[in-house]
Amino acid sequence: MNIVVLVKQVPDTATERKLSSDDNTLDRAASDGVINELDEYAIEEALLLKEKHGGEVTILTMGPDQATDSIRKALSMGADKAVHLVDDALHGSDALQTAYALSKALGTLEFDLVVLGSESTDARTGIVGAALAEYLGLPQLTLAGKVDVDGQAIRIQRATDYGHDVVEAQLPAVVSVVEKINEPRYPSFKLIMQAKKKPVAKLSAADAGIDTALVGLGNAATETVDFAPAPPRAAGTVIKDEGDGGVKAADFLAEKKFV
Amino acid sequence: MTDRNRPPAPDPLDFLALDATLAEEERDIRDTVRDYASRELLPHVAEWFEAGTIPDPRGLAKAFGDLGVFGMHLEGYGCAGASAVAYGLACRELEAVDSGLRSFVSVQGSLAMAAIHKFGSEEQKRAWLPRLAAGEAIGCFGLTEPDSGSDPGSMRTRARRDGPDWVLDGTKMWITNGSVADVAVVWAATDDGIRGFLVPTDTPGFQANTIHRKLSLRASITSELVLEGVRLPGGALLPGSSGLGSPLSCLNEARYGIVWGVVGAARACYAAALDYAATREQFGGPIAAFQLTQRKLAEMVLDVNQAGLTALRVGRLKDAGACHHNHVSLGKFGNVAAAQRVARAARSLHGANGITLEYPVMRHMVNLETVATYEGTEEIHALSIGQAVTGVSAFR
Ligand SMILES: Cc1cc2nc3c(=O)[nH]c(=O)nc-3n(C[C@H](O)[C@H](O)[C@H](O)COP(=O)(O)OP(=O)(O)OC[C@H]3O[C@@H](n4cnc5c(N)ncnc54)[C@H](O)[C@@H]3O)c2cc1C
Ligand SMILES: Cc1cc2nc3c(=O)[nH]c(=O)nc-3n(C[C@H](O)[C@H](O)[C@H](O)COP(=O)(O)OP(=O)(O)OC[C@H]3O[C@@H](n4cnc5c(N)ncnc54)[C@H](O)[C@@H]3O)c2cc1C
Repeated sequence: MNIVVLVKQVPDTATERKLSSDDNTLDRAASDGVINELDEYAIEEALLLKEKHGGEVTILTMGPDQATDSIRKALSMGADKAVHLVDDALHGSDALQTAYALSKALGTLEFDLVVLGSESTDARTGIVGAALAEYLGLPQLTLAGKVDVDGQAIRIQRATDYGHDVVEAQLPAVVSVVEKINEPRYPSFKLIMQAKKKPVAKLSAADAGIDTALVGLGNAATETVDFAPAPPRAAGTVIKDEGDGGVKAADFLAEKKFV
Repeated sequence: MTDRNRPPAPDPLDFLALDATLAEEERDIRDTVRDYASRELLPHVAEWFEAGTIPDPRGLAKAFGDLGVFGMHLEGYGCAGASAVAYGLACRELEAVDSGLRSFVSVQGSLAMAAIHKFGSEEQKRAWLPRLAAGEAIGCFGLTEPDSGSDPGSMRTRARRDGPDWVLDGTKMWITNGSVADVAVVWAATDDGIRGFLVPTDTPGFQANTIHRKLSLRASITSELVLEGVRLPGGALLPGSSGLGSPLSCLNEARYGIVWGVVGAARACYAAALDYAATREQFGGPIAAFQLTQRKLAEMVLDVNQAGLTALRVGRLKDAGACHHNHVSLGKFGNVAAAQRVARAARSLHGANGITLEYPVMRHMVNLETVATYEGTEEIHALSIGQAVTGVSAFR
């Protein structure tokens, strides 16, 4: 079974993140890039599936040159090869355009399954998986907390507020994963040292057959009009218990629409 | 407007930008160990230190094995075959958490595994190295005795031939991981001088007793090994070992890891002090704003960077095949002392908080007392360097 894992490089959530004042896009040079956390779970799941069913794991990353650091880490975890979709024309693409571009890049690859994290820690739209499946015309199995493959059948547990749904489809398919699915491994030193010998193919927009009139900041369907820093945390509310503390606490929660 | 030609201000945590000179692969190994250590070890280490043990040494060994850190600088037999600098970086990042955890890795990789790798037969290598590399087995290294420390040539442990067998008698002391090991590399005097033996710890007559009431390296298991008529087959002898030079060459490997490791301990203390000084207010302002504090911080950052430079230089020499054991002695002599100065200063800057386990500084400070003692005390390295520069031995 050949699996493609979509890996996005995002700014490290431990460092300060900035938007660039020129065009309201993320300033990716301002902070260290790391693999989007949920994508590490996607890589782990792909490696587990490969250990069980054989085949190859390919990393597909769309992002600027420095995303090679994240590609190398994914290869150090055990992926076999990588494709790096990199082109200035893609700068500023929104979630829909990203899904379109990725679908074109996937068109150059042979795969049975695409695995990705269910959202990224930077943009947090959570729609790339679904949009991608639409572009590819493949079944989408989102928010997977467990994945089982049996022949051509794939079955997942889809995490919900009330527990989970069991969803099934036929391969090829697109699966997005949530955190509880596994515990991502650390890269091993042996694999770190092999990583730079593994093939990483660079793909331009033209190589992937991407229509550049459809991607990039100028052609995006959405626009970041303005941004403001998060307001400082307001002081908390202190409830003094004078026999009615419970009622006051419940009223407070109801007012904030928590209950 | 910022002047684009002006070089960026130094990073307080890597002042001389030493890590900028690392190769990609070296940085990846550094990041992996740092990430692993901060997520999996740091949250528990104060608890382990307080308990005076590592509660699950087998689990820890397995995790280290999965990472690939055991014998990572050795070739073949399941070892990663990384560079000396990469191994040093791993030691640095582990010891930034605790010297005891770095000791676990040093003893397994640089003492037990290196001894087998250097002096073992093909059969011994195949039997032990892959399991030790994977962390499925734990090894220890028994050289020191109750009455023989700095002068290991005076050891009393004897191995005598009895037909095809060897019979070992003696006591080893201060042996890291002795009571959790599957195999002990034991050094013993024979009619042919000092030689090494692989002793499976379930051999009759072998007993390991854990040493309690340590005030240093508490997140590490230290033991006494008692060998009473331990009968071993002829194949237990490390055939390549001959004379005191054999165990000393292993110690040189482990010492190399210390040269780097203590840079991590020093950096951790300095980073904690910097953070504490910025937030602790006395006399109407942060203590970082007082001249005496700034002097301490300036000396700390100097020590951390000079030690870091020494480690990197010794590492590059080692990778070039040009590292003499006196280079390593110089590194151990200078870097351990530097780390001790940094740890003491950091301890003092933390005031009363500094004597607790809520902060890492005193834990590092007392750990470094062990690090200054094992693998050759400060005095022994001073004597080695003195001999190297004068040509005169002053050991006796
Ligand atoms: C926590 C811990 C773990 C250890 N783990 C191991 C292990 O895994 N395996 C192992 O084999 N050993 C281990 N050791 C032992 C360690 O290597 C010895 O403690 C060390 O070699 C010093 O020996 P000693 O303690 O007998 O001190 P001694 O040799 O008795 O030294 C006492 C003092 O005398 C000084 N001294 C000695 N000779 C001279 C001289 N010629 N001139 C001037 N001063 C001198 C020393 O510098 C020191 O200050 C460990 C020790 C500790 C504390
Ligand atoms: C075990 C123990 C028992 C104790 N028992 C008692 C007790 O019974 N009763 C009691 O009242 N207290 C007690 N203390 C508290 C002790 O007196 C304080 O810890 C001490 O006064 C230092 O204060 P601090 O810990 O708040 O450190 P801080 O005052 O915060 O000092 C932190 C660091 O900043 C430095 N610093 C502060 N100001 C300056 C400056 N202007 N210029 C340069 N450097 C500066 C300090 O020297 C120190 O290095 C005890 C402390 C301990 C550890």
